[in-house]
Amino acid sequence: MKARIHVFYKDGVFDPQGNTVEESLKKMGFSRIKNLRIGRVIDLEIDYPSKEEAKREVTKMCEKLLANPVIESFKHEIMET
Amino acid sequence: MKTGIVTFPGSNCDDDVYDSLMRSGGFELTKLWHKDTPELSDYKLIVLPGGFSYGDYLRCGAMAARSPIMEKVIEFAKRGGLVIGICNGFQILCESGLLPGALARNLSLNFICKDIKVTVETSKTPWTQTIEARSTLNLPIAHGEGRYIISEEDYQELIKNEQVVLTYQDNPNGSTHQIAGLCNKEKNVFGLMPHPERASDLRSKDGLKIWQSLKSFLGQQS
Repeated sequence: MKARIHVFYKDGVFDPQGNTVEESLKKMGFSRIKNLRIGRVIDLEIDYPSKEEAKREVTKMCEKLLANPVIESFKHEIMET
Repeated sequence: MKTGIVTFPGSNCDDDVYDSLMRSGGFELTKLWHKDTPELSDYKLIVLPGGFSYGDYLRCGAMAARSPIMEKVIEFAKRGGLVIGICNGFQILCESGLLPGALARNLSLNFICKDIKVTVETSKTPWTQTIEARSTLNLPIAHGEGRYIISEEDYQELIKNEQVVLTYQDNPNGSTHQIAGLCNKEKNVFGLMPHPERASDLRSKDGLKIWQSLKSFLGQQS
């Protein structure tokens, strides 16, 4: 089994990196864009007896270390391999 | 006054803090290693110094906040022990939950290394009790991720409990309400982005004022 975790700044937390990249794209002529946000993707291989248990454990990993709940939100997907 | 200075892999201000406290006098200094879990009950002060603990991997301070010694530091703080986190140490305090809020990339995206002015917002803390409220300190900053973020609701709590200790006069990193340093509700845990240990000789000696305040506070206790 594999897990893919996405961590982003929460809505409302200003992302200066995303903002700068968005400005660059606009200067390059990609004018029909907005709200560019840069986050982090974490991939890992996992070994749990069920997908449900994997979801619970990966959620705990996110809450305890991989995301900072003060400023970040996360989502994850569990993939059978 | 038994003082422990914690070294994490990537800490680089631990010796500066040691030197500054030694020259200030009155502190009995011990270096502590992040993997150890020493009994801290006879300590008066624990310092989490600046640097780039664990290479700033994941988020600044995130890994250090979960290292073995931090369990002991959290216990020590919850019993009322004095803990100061400087720069990366401040990030570790936020990541460990000892202080509210979080520190994110500077608004400018630049690493900022310069002398700045901060206003001391309150004298009602162990860290500032001999410094006049509303006075200015000249202290250096050196960080890429010092933008302090806190929700408006939690900020109102900080104000109500007089937890904001230092504010920037010229907000260099875009911190919420110019916050440069704050303490917990009980005032025994203090985190700040500026480096008092780098302002203890030559250009500015204002960092020593924080150590002097601390000595005065600990002197009153013993």
